[in-house]
Amino acid sequence: MRWCTRPLAQSLSYREGVRVGVVTFPGTLDDIDAARAVTYAGAEPVALWHGDHDLRGVAAVVLPGGFSYGDYLRCGAIARFAPVMSEIVDAAEQGMPVLGICNGFQVLCEAHLLPGALVRNDSLHFVCRDQTLRVESTNSAWTGAFEPGQEIVVPVKNGEGSYIADERTLDMLEADGRVVFRYLGGNPNGSRRDIAGISNAQGNVVGLMPHPEHAIDDLTGPGVDGLGLFASVLTALVG
Amino acid sequence: MDSVAHAAQTPDHPQPYAELGLKPDEYQRIRDILHRRPTSSELAMYSVMWSEHCSYKSSKVHLRQFGRKAPESEALLVGIGENAGVVDIGDGWAVTFKVESHNHPSYIEPYQGAATGVGGIVRDILSMGARPLAVMDQLRFGSVDDPDTARVVHGVVAGVGGYGNCLGLPNIGGETVFDPCYQTNPLVNALCVGAMRHEDIHVSSARGAGNLVILYGALTGGDGIGGVSVLASESFDETGPSKRPAVQVGDPFTEKLLIECTLELLAADLIDGIQDLGGAGLSCATSEMASNGDGGMHVWLDRVPLRDQSLSPEEILMSESQERMCAVVTPGNLDAFMAICEKWAVTATVIGEVTQGDRLVIEWHDEVVVDVPPRTVAHDGPIYERPIAEPATIRTRQAVTTEPRQTDPRTTLLDLLGNPNHGSKAWVTDQYDRYVRGNTVLAQPEDSGVLRIDEQTGRGVAIATDCNARFVELDPYRGTQLALAEAYRNVSATGAVPLAVTNCLNFGSPEDPEVMWQFEQAVTGLADGCLQLGIPVTGGNVSFYNQTGSAPIHPTPVVGVLGVFDDVARRTPMAWGPDGELIYVLGVTRSEFGGSAVATSQGLLTGMPPEVDLDAERVLSQILVAGSRDGMLTAAHDVSDGGIGLALAEMAMRSGIGARTWVPDGEDLFTWLFSESATRAIVVVPRSEELRFTEMCGARRFACTRIGVVDSGLGDVLQVGELEWGIAEMTTVSAGVLPAFF
Repeated sequence: MRWCTRPLAQSLSYREGVRVGVVTFPGTLDDIDAARAVTYAGAEPVALWHGDHDLRGVAAVVLPGGFSYGDYLRCGAIARFAPVMSEIVDAAEQGMPVLGICNGFQVLCEAHLLPGALVRNDSLHFVCRDQTLRVESTNSAWTGAFEPGQEIVVPVKNGEGSYIADERTLDMLEADGRVVFRYLGGNPNGSRRDIAGISNAQGNVVGLMPHPEHAIDDLTGPGVDGLGLFASVLTALVG
Repeated sequence: MDSVAHAAQTPDHPQPYAELGLKPDEYQRIRDILHRRPTSSELAMYSVMWSEHCSYKSSKVHLRQFGRKAPESEALLVGIGENAGVVDIGDGWAVTFKVESHNHPSYIEPYQGAATGVGGIVRDILSMGARPLAVMDQLRFGSVDDPDTARVVHGVVAGVGGYGNCLGLPNIGGETVFDPCYQTNPLVNALCVGAMRHEDIHVSSARGAGNLVILYGALTGGDGIGGVSVLASESFDETGPSKRPAVQVGDPFTEKLLIECTLELLAADLIDGIQDLGGAGLSCATSEMASNGDGGMHVWLDRVPLRDQSLSPEEILMSESQERMCAVVTPGNLDAFMAICEKWAVTATVIGEVTQGDRLVIEWHDEVVVDVPPRTVAHDGPIYERPIAEPATIRTRQAVTTEPRQTDPRTTLLDLLGNPNHGSKAWVTDQYDRYVRGNTVLAQPEDSGVLRIDEQTGRGVAIATDCNARFVELDPYRGTQLALAEAYRNVSATGAVPLAVTNCLNFGSPEDPEVMWQFEQAVTGLADGCLQLGIPVTGGNVSFYNQTGSAPIHPTPVVGVLGVFDDVARRTPMAWGPDGELIYVLGVTRSEFGGSAVATSQGLLTGMPPEVDLDAERVLSQILVAGSRDGMLTAAHDVSDGGIGLALAEMAMRSGIGARTWVPDGEDLFTWLFSESATRAIVVVPRSEELRFTEMCGARRFACTRIGVVDSGLGDVLQVGELEWGIAEMTTVSAGVLPAFF
């Protein structure tokens, strides 16, 4: 499957009215990338500011990568207390699709929207490379457009991306089909059971360490596989 | 308190000028300027601003050549002297780029030294009004197997990554070189490139009496005091006290907020003049802005927000605490300025105002502690014509015919791939984010870093930096021209039109006449070369005193070339393919091994470096750019270190596809594979374009020789005549070399 690139996606007018929020915390870095990915998928990106108790009428939210609040204390630990997060937690519990990428995944874990935690890479180094993933579940709001078991290539770049949880939680995630993405061809950070991304029980909240927003264009990334997440949520929202 | 009044009353009060790095005649000159002894605060300011690092006192007489020999260029919008040069890349876009050294701090405290090196160059770019877009780093370390090298490498790489990754700037390339000459003097150079619209260019000046001087960003602490004077402007010696307190400590999170805050302030047109605080801190910012302006400046130093309340005025003036900026703002814009700073949680304080006079006056709790003509601090420092002496041995060393032993070529190539200077640098570059901001089109190990600037049109830039210091050691004039030629060729190989040059000139002590000779030769070579290539030098940086005891580093003038694309979609990558495409060598291969990779591996550092022909480089560049523009090339790669052999291996490893090549009639196999003649590139041409391409080369009278074909049928093997290397075999050797040491 190939995702359509921008000109084609933009012609899909039924998606044009969909507003997808992209949150900027102090220290967020990949917000413009996430907004670009939303645009390429055919929707309208809406900037959400960490200090506002306001989701500006968006239908879905992306928490992008970066180093929110300098990653002080612990990655994502301060961001979860940002004013905008109380609205996001409420909306997520009501079923709004929420995607946390890298630092966004860390924030979702800190906010208890997703179980487990992300700790220092086992190599102790920051790792940036093109990573093959297997889509383990297509039941989430963010993966419906993929084929089950599809292999995709998306950049991974993190220093604290090793996913951990207790064995019982890991077993539960596996049993409930909540492991959404798994690393193939080498685990970049020591994540338990090669887990790259998970979802909540309802499937509307997904967090992953790799960066789909960096794989939306052959010119600037390793391909266009990342667009699938954004196309999926638009399909989930408007059919 | 050593106020101006007190200083006037106590002319014979002894002052520690020597400890601050000033020479007796420099101290006397300050007394002559002020017609009294300086206060301790004034002495602090002069000492840092007249340091080699800030004043360029030993290099200035030579650097003037860059202006004197500048080629006609309509692209240059802001030239040498500002925080960074600015060039016009078309469609109303302006690009600014610059390299700076942070060598000494990075040896003492590798992580913070490298981190703040990145932070400093990023603020230089920001202070031109540009959004910083990407960084590159040029690193030189000691022997790969020396125990101390690992300390420096781990710290520097983590520092570059830790700071740059956290700032959200892609790292798109650079250099990593190991050589014993850098053992106690590693080089950490950092480049930043930024872009803005023409109308957004800002300069550092304080104009308009009554306008406010605002310090914003991080609080001022005791770090980095004397960084430019006692640290960057002296050689290391083994007996001195620890210089660690002179190294600054960085906080990239604060810098990220400072960037976004500053860009929002600029976009709202709230800033009249802007300057970053780097080397020499407030001493530099206040004196330079006042000197560049149309009046004087009055500063209330006790208003500076402090991290450490015990700091004295002298320390506040000398502190090099990071993540600080200084802006000149009209009173009517103050509230709006403060509101944006508050949004980004950036501390901002009015510390002074522009005055009608021509003095820089600084008060500390109602006492005047500084009262100076700002120009004497910022721009009229001492200028030295240091003695120059050609090294006694250089001619005899150059006269040695350098023909390395002709070792087995198959093994020789694998040995080169397993050499830390020629193997994969992925261990370094995989620790850097190259994707953030989504505009990275090519990054290391490609010939140049390529960035999209305009998403609508695809307009963009390519940047390459190079310096083979072994060539420069053998012949500084020619070696520096080779560095220029290589960077120029690398930019052209990716398809960009070369436009402008920057540099970071790393040398030993200027007090050594032989080092000064190297410097003079290098600058002359670069200025002559730029004139011949028709691209101006837009700015640069000089780092002297890279020596321990009497042993200087190899002279290392890093040269950066910026090129422009009308559309980055036509960039030429280095990976070849698909099957059946034709491999050509452009240029002529002579037996030139002086300073080459194989000669170095045999312990030879003699002879002359390869010949330079910059007119031919221009023609090669035109061919590579036309090939990209007209769709005649699918891949290109410059031939430099390790010759054609290493270049072919790198292309094969990058693509993963095999190729069948041969050695042209009459060529000696070893020379063909490993000679480092300049002005050559390997290109890959689709069969449908072969005639058009060869005719273009013929019309330009440039040698182009078909040497092979991309061929996966061989089973992922690179073939040169009878020789064969498996791509997997080469990749394993190349990728394994740095992880084996670090």
